Amino acid sequence: MPLRSKHLLGLEGMSKEEITLILDTAETFREVLERPIKKVPTLRAVTVVNLFYEASTRTRISFELAEKRLSADSVNFSTDASSVKKGETLKDTVRNLAAMKIDMVVIRHRSAGAPHFLTRFLDASVINAGDGAHEHPTQALLDMYTLRKKYGKLKDLRVVIVGDISHSRVARSNIWGLKTMGAEVAICGPTTLLPWEVEKMGVEASYNLDEALNGTDVVMALRIQQERLQSNYFPSLREYSQLFGITKERLKLLNKNFTIMHPGPINRGVEISDEVADGPYSVILDQVTNGVAVRMAVLYLLRGGEGKFEESG
Amino acid sequence: MREAIFLGAGMPKSGSVILDQKAIGRALARIAHEILERNGSAKNLALVGIRSRGAYLAERLSKLIEEIEKSKVPVGYLDITLYRDDIQTKLEQPVIQKTELMFDVVDKVMVLVDDVLFTGRTIRAALDEIIDFGRPKAIQLAVLIDRGNRELPIRADYVGKNLTTTLREEVVVKLVEVDGEDSVAVVTKNKVRHALKK
Repeated sequence: MPLRSKHLLGLEGMSKEEITLILDTAETFREVLERPIKKVPTLRAVTVVNLFYEASTRTRISFELAEKRLSADSVNFSTDASSVKKGETLKDTVRNLAAMKIDMVVIRHRSAGAPHFLTRFLDASVINAGDGAHEHPTQALLDMYTLRKKYGKLKDLRVVIVGDISHSRVARSNIWGLKTMGAEVAICGPTTLLPWEVEKMGVEASYNLDEALNGTDVVMALRIQQERLQSNYFPSLREYSQLFGITKERLKLLNKNFTIMHPGPINRGVEISDEVADGPYSVILDQVTNGVAVRMAVLYLLRGGEGKFEESG
Repeated sequence: MREAIFLGAGMPKSGSVILDQKAIGRALARIAHEILERNGSAKNLALVGIRSRGAYLAERLSKLIEEIEKSKVPVGYLDITLYRDDIQTKLEQPVIQKTELMFDVVDKVMVLVDDVLFTGRTIRAALDEIIDFGRPKAIQLAVLIDRGNRELPIRADYVGKNLTTTLREEVVVKLVEVDGEDSVAVVTKNKVRHALKK
């Protein structure tokens, strides 16, 4: 069964079968990354534009590597060095790029819904690489891939997402994805940083980290996004780290064989202590490696398309 | 002859069977001997099965060679999906399986194994993929069925059975490991689905 859409805009509404297909396919590409020549000719005829309207290290390089390892032609676009500076609108920029015959667009934008907007006038496949505080599907997919690799399943794992949930697209995508895959998801953070009525997404919300961590398998620490926090949501970083920082003492509350995750970049000593970030239970760097494989899987599957598979001896 | 069978009233359900279990066994045993004869010994040999049915055939050949030579021949597996030349034509993609070459390719004599040799495109993809793992001393090709109709200049070194077929016909290979029985049948194209369902 192929993916239903030619775009990857978010994990909301994506079926368990589709997520499983992406994770299974990523398994193959993970193996390609271990080969002497870490490159396959699969997307030779495909041109991808990476449109980054917001700063990014991991996601942009990860997508770029994924494209190169699939032999796609990729073009990078960042706002500082483009006509966006001269006041060109998103729509005009993208239509001009489309006129250059591109097949796929990877977009990160500060406004929620920007990737969805592109699909209205573009023939190309659109992949959401983070839109405002809405979704970041490939990050959630690589988180799920990393967890599935470690535990062999996602069903019945208890995952606690800690921090600024309101402004976090990573949290939102992970909640949709993990819930679909049958995991138990709880969120925890200061009252000011948990969205209203978040329980409607089927998660347990808590303001007390020690209570939330009890009996948990996976802790996902989120970055305090100082660039997005325009007013004071909590008194000080120091207080935040005392109440919601993942420290060595707090690890005792977790289940055996627990996992610590962080989507990066890390504010060391704020949401996560140094020793926890670098501990043997931390999969933060595995997340990065797996990210390339998962993005290769997404790029590959979105080029799959409809039709019938024929044998050719 | 085959045409006559298909156009007649008493059409066999799964097409005409070309090889049964015994015949497949004999063909593989002969191929195992031929591989050894041509290469002198099992030393430096590696068998590489093309997924999915070529993988099982490679395992069987490895076992047969081990029985004859009393030495193990490593078996690897290729999934050539990522090297296909028709990926852009929007075919439905099967879930890709892993390529596993757990041995060093460099300077080995590799015998590629597949069930049916047809257009030659799968073998072209397999050659490209193997060469991305290193530089083997030689690559040879063993197939259970060579059905002709090549689109590329590729030929097999070891053939179980040569068949003359038309493009309207399909060669259906069944192996115990996946299909519960060993057989090779030729069916006309619109009948393929029935034969596969059975």
